Amino acid sequence: MTPGRQPALPTRDHGLELLREMLRIRRFEEKAAELYSLGKIRGFLHLYIGEEAVAVGAMQALTPDDAVVATYREHGQALARGIPAGSLMAEMFGKASGCSRGHGGSMHFFDVGRRFYGGYAIVGGGLPIAVGLALADTLLGRPRVTACFFGDGAVAEGEFHESLNLAALWKLPVLFLCENNLYAMGTALARHQAETDLRRKAEAYGLPADAVDGMDVLAVETATRRLVEAVRAGNGPRFLEARTYRFRAHSMADPELYRGKDEVEQWKARDPIATLAARLREGGLLSDGDLGALEAAVAAELDGAVAMAEAGPWEPVEDLLKDVYTGAGRP
Amino acid sequence: MKTTYREAIRAALRAALEADPRVFLMGEDVGRYGGAFAVSHGLLEQFGPERVRDTPLSESTFVGAGIGAALGGLRPIVEVMTVNFSLLALDQIVNNAATLRHMSGGQLSVPLVVRMATGGGRQLAAQHSHSLEGWYAHVPGITVVTPATVGDAHGMLLAALREPDPVFIFEHATLYPMEGELDEHAGPVELGRAAVRRPGDDVTLITYGGSLGKTLEAADRLGQEGVSAEVVDLRALRPVDTPTILTSVAKTHRAVVVDEGWRTGSFAAEVSARIMEGGFYDLDAPVARVCSAEVPMPYAKHMEDAALPRAGTVVEAVLALLKRRG
Repeated sequence: MTPGRQPALPTRDHGLELLREMLRIRRFEEKAAELYSLGKIRGFLHLYIGEEAVAVGAMQALTPDDAVVATYREHGQALARGIPAGSLMAEMFGKASGCSRGHGGSMHFFDVGRRFYGGYAIVGGGLPIAVGLALADTLLGRPRVTACFFGDGAVAEGEFHESLNLAALWKLPVLFLCENNLYAMGTALARHQAETDLRRKAEAYGLPADAVDGMDVLAVETATRRLVEAVRAGNGPRFLEARTYRFRAHSMADPELYRGKDEVEQWKARDPIATLAARLREGGLLSDGDLGALEAAVAAELDGAVAMAEAGPWEPVEDLLKDVYTGAGRP
Repeated sequence: MKTTYREAIRAALRAALEADPRVFLMGEDVGRYGGAFAVSHGLLEQFGPERVRDTPLSESTFVGAGIGAALGGLRPIVEVMTVNFSLLALDQIVNNAATLRHMSGGQLSVPLVVRMATGGGRQLAAQHSHSLEGWYAHVPGITVVTPATVGDAHGMLLAALREPDPVFIFEHATLYPMEGELDEHAGPVELGRAAVRRPGDDVTLITYGGSLGKTLEAADRLGQEGVSAEVVDLRALRPVDTPTILTSVAKTHRAVVVDEGWRTGSFAAEVSARIMEGGFYDLDAPVARVCSAEVPMPYAKHMEDAALPRAGTVVEAVLALLKRRG
């Protein structure tokens, strides 16, 4: 990471697109929190507010043929990957019209058509899956990349170390993207890692590694594009640490006893949406009218998504055992 | 033709690798070493390192990579050296392989085959000898098979590769050198069907995997004492072929389950419960179980022998059951 170096301004269209995508995630998450309070969404709900620049920036570098593996905090990745908000909302409502037929809920979004291979709720559990997807691409001669998102908590898991080693050993096309939001649930990075520079861990396994300001969508996009290009060229896996922060609690059940309000406020001053908006304004690429139009479009989209979730059908109880096995299945 | 259990698995691996370019084998020492139990000996030379892949000692990740590769369109065969080591991969097996189809609302399937050695009897003590296949059988979403014959070792592997969902094959380690007949044109067998390995009238002995040989020996001895024992080989622990069990019990009215797992929470307990649920009024005596002693497997030969089910303990259990009538 090179502090102080600002990426070049994007084109107006691209700048507005990045802003729109981050706004969609922010407003989607705010709506999800509201619907959780109303009891429409149950279970665990982990919001992505504050981290929007990571998913949106990274997703710019991927093609529709690339694969995405994510975590239980995957609403941002799912939206940025293009899964319709209504399909995600319906999933959180538990409806059969949800992206996982209501089987997964907030933590387990899947959309195979968009090569979105899921939200994994066992920390570190998605990394071996990503390695395998990349192995399949390699053996089948497909020039695809698998982007694997995980948090700083995952670097403490054995599967992180095993997966980075195996991907590097076999030169597999994986981009390991660590969303370092500084907390493994409530345990600060320095309280669970002896080495807090996460790049060094990746480098120890032979992966070229970089870190980027995860609050700056343009920086994330630039860094991801560079690394994805190297991965796609057949140079083996790469590691990117995006230094970010979640503004909300770990989940709706978290009283946030482990961090101070000052710290949260300091990070909020670096809000990725406000940051991009300010840069676009400075560059003359964004007007108040533009922002209002974006907000209105996002609000309309979310109203539609909630209506779709409300109207969606429940899975019939007779289907309880369906899809445990393929087809008729086994007794 | 006469062959061994080990060679039968190798022949199935070879046939699968030849027939389908999507099939590949990976695991610890499957390549240059030729497999910890020499099952894959010679396959690296024939099929090359792309398709016969030695892995690091990273059970969780190479099983997980097998899941990912299956999602990506391949047909991975993953060898885990022993069932005790597979515990390092339980996260991937239970949380991912078994769940992904359902959790994704039916979008994904995981056509993964995992083979591993199981069971005791080789003086390898408490970290290489246990029979934990019953634990795996607890988990919906996967298929659990336990080939006990040369034919099943071959045919179940071929059948597993045709399944759209994960199949776990538990190969009892004492069986690898066992000789048996294998038809030159043998193909896949149906998974999930039990087999009556020996017909009889007085008692049903229900077993699987490495205990089949001991149970057949017990049936022979019982025959010499005038007791006609029917031997049912479960062949699969998930799904369980309940009708075959109940049909046999309806005929013999007595059942003894022989299972190398520990007795408490054993697969034998599941079989017993199914007989109780579906065949209670056919029974002339309570169902009996012959299981491993509830102890981590001891090293010393005489102690290990004492811990495992044996033909003699099966015979004793049957005779005790028959006495109850009078």
